[in-house]
Amino acid sequence: MIEFKEVSKYFAGKAAVSDLTLHIAKGEFTVLIGTSGCGKSTTLKMINRLIEHDKGAIRFGGEEIRRFDPQALRRRMGYVIQSTGLFPHWTVEKNIATVPKLLGWSKPQIDARVSELLALLNMEETFRHRYPHQLSGGQQQRIGVARALAADPEVLLMDEPFGALDPVTRATLQQEIARIHRLSGKTIVLVTHDIDEALALADRLVLMDGGKVVQQGTPTALLTKPVNDFVRRFFGQSEWGIRLLSLGLAGEAARRGEWLEEESIAETLTLREALSLFIARGTDRLAVRDSNQQPLGVLHFADLLRQKKP
Amino acid sequence: MTIRVHNRVTLTLALLLTAALTALPFLNWAPNRLVSGQPLGLQQVANGLGWWLLLPALLLMLLAFWPQKRTSLALTLLCSETLFIALIAAGGYAAASLAQQGHPLARTSLGSGFWLAAALALLMATDAISRLTRQALWRLLLNAQIWLPAVFLLLSGQLDALSLLKEYANRRDVFDQALSRHLLILGGTLLPALLIGVPLGWYCCRRPAIQSSVFATLNIIQTVPSVALFGLLIAPLSGLAREFPALTTLGISGIGMAPALIALVLYALLPLVRSVVSGLQNVPQAVIETARGMGMSGGQIFRQVEVPLALPVLLAGLRVTAVQTIGMAVIAALIGAGGFGAVIFQGLLSSALDLVMLGVIPVIALAVAVDTLFKLLLSGIQRQ
Repeated sequence: MIEFKEVSKYFAGKAAVSDLTLHIAKGEFTVLIGTSGCGKSTTLKMINRLIEHDKGAIRFGGEEIRRFDPQALRRRMGYVIQSTGLFPHWTVEKNIATVPKLLGWSKPQIDARVSELLALLNMEETFRHRYPHQLSGGQQQRIGVARALAADPEVLLMDEPFGALDPVTRATLQQEIARIHRLSGKTIVLVTHDIDEALALADRLVLMDGGKVVQQGTPTALLTKPVNDFVRRFFGQSEWGIRLLSLGLAGEAARRGEWLEEESIAETLTLREALSLFIARGTDRLAVRDSNQQPLGVLHFADLLRQKKP
Repeated sequence: MTIRVHNRVTLTLALLLTAALTALPFLNWAPNRLVSGQPLGLQQVANGLGWWLLLPALLLMLLAFWPQKRTSLALTLLCSETLFIALIAAGGYAAASLAQQGHPLARTSLGSGFWLAAALALLMATDAISRLTRQALWRLLLNAQIWLPAVFLLLSGQLDALSLLKEYANRRDVFDQALSRHLLILGGTLLPALLIGVPLGWYCCRRPAIQSSVFATLNIIQTVPSVALFGLLIAPLSGLAREFPALTTLGISGIGMAPALIALVLYALLPLVRSVVSGLQNVPQAVIETARGMGMSGGQIFRQVEVPLALPVLLAGLRVTAVQTIGMAVIAALIGAGGFGAVIFQGLLSSALDLVMLGVIPVIALAVAVDTLFKLLLSGIQRQ
């Protein structure tokens, strides 16, 4: 869907991104991660031409993005940033309708779409006529996401979208965006420096440093087969094991055919959360139920250790 | 119960007002308009009934010791308003009775005691209003109703015996002409200033490199005294008019409207450009970035995002500019631009103070009216 081929970008003669080659497949949730100044935001903004690349080629749907009119290109891509960038003088409704209006949709069409998006992001209809300053930070970012999705874009670009939110709100919104990705199958490119966020959301993780890709692949691949010391250090030696656990689900690791008559846990819980419960309950076995509340199996403490071999 | 001052402002103003009424002349009486007259104190006004004017002042002092609730504030407003009207009515009545006794050429003008007391009464009323309500519209309406009885007195002819109104009666044509000329200068300054200032400010924002040099130039212009700038423009403009006589038919010459408007526009540019720049800089970068990221064109961003968000600051700048222009236009009369300045200078030259007042009062009224208009506009925009 989006291809970078030996792309470089220079600011005042210094390379912010150099010889970047990247392939983002349709429907994939790609997370660009790295320390600040590693070129991840620049890479994202080159996709919708907010920053023009100096060398190499970027293709969108097989065609070099320079061939597109920049405005027409941007209207095909949703864009969400950390500080939301909502128009403070427009209501929620008008904010969400920005791109549909630019594309010349009819009024009833826009109205219906706004309702649909408010529902998708678990916002009540009454928010329609409020102004951004009347909303909490989390609600504002929900509207920011709704606005980016308004014209059903082919790609969603997100630049540290949840960086300014408190941990609880951040976790909720991460779940929302994962749900939206599952439902819509949209191609999403998200930039973050939050390792746990990256591991929780990414289908494919791209770790960058000094304007170059250090390693890319599935989260498990990056955790278990780091190509060098930088990758190992980046994911944190002390927390490495915990992070690996966060990639596994209780439902997948549970032993079928066993059952315990005690308070069970949901199959969607990560092994990291399960570890916490093992410690909290002072037990080495946990009953796991499936999505229909039926017995699924039992997770043994020893099962956590098997996670090392993917 | 302990005695406490709850409203220092009212108390101070009421004390000052009492002092002004008792110590300063309430009226001046002169045998004709050119000689300086003899002062008349409050005791000589209206057969001693003038002392009653001190009653509301006394009440106001007492009210200052009351807790400032809605009712006591309303009473303060009522008292100061009554005092204001009573002062004007007393002036008019005293002048009328003096005119019946004396020579037809005799002039009764309002004295320093009256002006000070009236101003203090107005201040007290405004203070009470600002404590009563926070809403701009209500404040405006309450402030406006104070003037209704005064205007009624004026129109009903109760004040005609005052020297100020005799000057007006003698110069009605000049006055009306001065008003339209003053408004013409105001419009003739603001429109070109906006046409130059807004694009210039916008350009300064886009090219920060030129911003400092633009502001340096405008600052230098601002430091030139207005009289000097008017004078400096006489030579080049009259030279131009001599060289190209066609320009004269357009009204361009060394003196008159042309140099006045040029100078006033130059003065107006600094506050205007500054407000445009700070208004545009106030628009959050993130908002512009997402607007671009969603595919809005430069023009769409300017019209739909930057202008609405910068408008309050721009209007605040325009408000300062307009009030400044009204004041400066007075000085433009020195180079023959007309307006109320002409009336004022004529009064100064013939040392007829009432004539000066006839020019000064409408200038102040105009400035206050324009200021209020912008304030109302701003509060309307900000409520959105």
